[in-house]
Amino acid sequence: MNKSIIRFILCRVLQFEGLFLLLPVIVSIFYKENTGLIFVAISAGCLALGTLGAHFKPKSKVFYAREGFVVVAMSWILLSLVGAIPFVATGEIPSYVDAVFETVSGFTTTGASILNDVEALTKTTMFWRCFTNWIGGMGVLVFIMAVLPLSGSRNMHLMRAESTGPEVGKLVPRVKTTATILYGIYFGMSLILITCFLLSGLPLYNSLILSFSTMGTGGFADLNKSLGGYSRSAQTISMIFMILCGVNFNAYFLILRRKFKDFWKLEEVRVYLFIVFLSAAAITIQIRGGFDSLGDAFHHALFQVGSIVSTTGFSTVDFNAWPMLSKVILLFLMVVGGCAGSTCGGIKVPRFLILLRSLGRELSHLTHPRSVKKVKLNGQTVSEETVSSVISFMIAYVLVVMVSTFIVAADNMDFTSSFSAVLANVGNIGPGLGIVGPTGNYSTLSDLSKITLIFDMLAGRLEVYPMLVLFYMGTWRKS
Amino acid sequence: MQIVLVGCGNVGADIAKSLSREGHNITVVDVNERLVKDLSDELDLMGYAGNGTTIEVLEDAGVKNADLLIAATDSDERNLLCCFIAKKAGTAYTIARVRNPEYKKEIEFIKEDLGLSLVVNPELAAAEEIARLLKFPTALEIDTFAKGRVELLKFEVTKESPLCGMQLKYVPKKLDSSVLICTVERGNEIFIPNGDFTVWEGDKLSIIASGKKAMQFFKAAKMNLNRVHNVMIVGGGMICVYLANILLSSGVEVKIIEKDKRICEALAERLPEAIIINGDGADKTLMEEEGILNTEGFVSLTNHDEENVMMSVYVKKVNPKAKLITKVHRNVYDDIISDLNIGSIINPKLLAAENVVKYVRAMNNTLDSNIETLYTLNAGKAEALEFTVKEASGLVDVPLADLKLKKNVMIASIIHKGQVETPGGQSRIQIGDNVVVVTTERGFVDIKDILA
Repeated sequence: MNKSIIRFILCRVLQFEGLFLLLPVIVSIFYKENTGLIFVAISAGCLALGTLGAHFKPKSKVFYAREGFVVVAMSWILLSLVGAIPFVATGEIPSYVDAVFETVSGFTTTGASILNDVEALTKTTMFWRCFTNWIGGMGVLVFIMAVLPLSGSRNMHLMRAESTGPEVGKLVPRVKTTATILYGIYFGMSLILITCFLLSGLPLYNSLILSFSTMGTGGFADLNKSLGGYSRSAQTISMIFMILCGVNFNAYFLILRRKFKDFWKLEEVRVYLFIVFLSAAAITIQIRGGFDSLGDAFHHALFQVGSIVSTTGFSTVDFNAWPMLSKVILLFLMVVGGCAGSTCGGIKVPRFLILLRSLGRELSHLTHPRSVKKVKLNGQTVSEETVSSVISFMIAYVLVVMVSTFIVAADNMDFTSSFSAVLANVGNIGPGLGIVGPTGNYSTLSDLSKITLIFDMLAGRLEVYPMLVLFYMGTWRKS
Repeated sequence: MQIVLVGCGNVGADIAKSLSREGHNITVVDVNERLVKDLSDELDLMGYAGNGTTIEVLEDAGVKNADLLIAATDSDERNLLCCFIAKKAGTAYTIARVRNPEYKKEIEFIKEDLGLSLVVNPELAAAEEIARLLKFPTALEIDTFAKGRVELLKFEVTKESPLCGMQLKYVPKKLDSSVLICTVERGNEIFIPNGDFTVWEGDKLSIIASGKKAMQFFKAAKMNLNRVHNVMIVGGGMICVYLANILLSSGVEVKIIEKDKRICEALAERLPEAIIINGDGADKTLMEEEGILNTEGFVSLTNHDEENVMMSVYVKKVNPKAKLITKVHRNVYDDIISDLNIGSIINPKLLAAENVVKYVRAMNNTLDSNIETLYTLNAGKAEALEFTVKEASGLVDVPLADLKLKKNVMIASIIHKGQVETPGGQSRIQIGDNVVVVTTERGFVDIKDILA
């Protein structure tokens, strides 16, 4: 284990967090809130500490897969622990565990909140809270890679550990260029979204924070009623972009490169859109009675489906009151999530396709024991290595959900609430059902449950393995 | 540059490593998924698993917009086909690895017809290098700059040499020679020495000079200048055929020892002037019988690195005067082998990779970089770079003594209008000159980078 390179990258992360923390300061100047001073102080601390630590170059730049996992997991933990300080320092979230929960929820783009009254936050703190959604969406290390030349050639390990999906590839030969393209697309789409919100009549501040939470598919809103308090047009814009952010960003790269043929070959995108519209239609049929018109029902159904499948977690209505089947559909969507290479959480569509197809292959193998068959995705053969890694991912995911449900169950909530709380956090959605539903929050949970859910959120965002590797003894052994 | 590299074997991987380090955008293609994955983990490049001779895979890898395609699989035919397809698809330049001696005559014909920019033949390159070393047995390595006008020679200081115990500042006076000693290798360490440096026996010195001056220097330093008159080669592979041809044509006696009867027969047919012995190079009696104790040159070219090294160690012991050349394929044990002091080591795959990289550099030179040639010295611990000075800068027309250079950088040679000049304090670099710089630092792309 090369500890000095880990230290070096962590200090770089700290430097960047220091820079990020300066953004809310601009807001505080604009709204004349003195919370800005606290952000300046914390930012200065981060920059000083980070610069000092990064000043000493690592002894060796050797960098392997395990360093990649450990660096990514530790970066996210560090980011969250430091990012929580402003909440405590301003006194807006007095308990540090609560503040960490809120920050982790932000960075992992979960959007689960422990705040009873979101509207009580100052504009500065609210900006920081929503900005964590944006930066967490595409990933911090990917951002650093786009800006800085990191430790040379092996930084693919970093990208792989931080990006989502069963197989992380590059768009172009260089990691740095790939990272720049991804962030370019992300940034460009964010700008379009902000413009759309502005055109729909929202003030700049609200456009910004809503764009942050929508693009990162995070789901932090500045109202207790989530998006329920915004106009129909704002809801529609948000809905479209949530669904768009659930699409693999490679697809947008293909469109930019005018490779439309290759774009249509992306099965996961087609399946993803199919799931979205099918679920929305099914829910519309069930809930149409509760709304004035069919269009109205479809709007809310599609919004909710888009919000859950892209693991954003916005809500326009209290879907907890919907019929059981609709709620189960939403629960299913929580597990599925969006496409690989998107800003979503969840298990993700391509993994499910691979799983279903390897199950089909197993069945055909039982009936024709000597048959040889390959699992395909997007028209290409999926390597056996990937198939088995997807299966073990599934096992790890289920295991994390089970163990967490055990711990959360100690709080003695009803089953729906405990189970959906875990699912909503591992899947990075945010609101679950029952007590932790769209109108409720996580404030009533015990600290132990909160810490468990913090772990779940990080595990869900980083796709389980980095967190498990971090706590795996073998990682830290010398040889 | 956008480069597509087909074939990630030893040669391919070496090429990828050098080119990636120089900042090119590389996409590698190989049928073996494992190789592709390992390489794309290690280096910052994109990998595709697939057959590089199909247009779909090549198009996926981006041949349409590529500046260069390098085909380095183990099959000559596949490489040619690959280059042919890429050329048709729109790649500007193509390089193929073709090594079968049977194609040697056809190569010019094929090259023109398929529009190949360069044909790399590791075995031929190795044979040429070995022949050069045999003509000048004192040198452990020979590289050339400025189209052959300047040579970089590495040699080991022997006990008899007056250089032993001499401080470098006295070398020009005592030996009446103006060559520049640019690196000294002592054990595992490498120095760029200054005038106070004292040479010891066993140090490996690299000098840069024109061929003539180098000869005078070696004469004064009492180094062996006699070329080898007879050579014993063990192992009758492709390199052996190329090498024997070169040696025989310049009048050197060649004796080849090969285990396989059938290969011996093929060799006998091809090389009627050589003595072909069917036997094992590890057979001591046979070797003594065939004159191992008196041969002037010994080249081990079998397919087993270990066998080659062991044989050279043995010959070193029984016939210390012989010039030894050992072929090694894997460069994992470089350090250990260089400790054994068994003369020159030849790595055909590394040589091939170097040739390709040299070509790419020349290509790049016309685009944006000013590096004309680059050699890695002393197992990659130092580099010798040749720059073309294209434009005015802080170091043009300033006496060298007034330049503030970075640490571990030495201006080793200035080639002004074709004249080789050994730089002194009053020498000045002019626009249009070629300048050879030796350094242990990395990543210089322009002559200006040597300034502190």
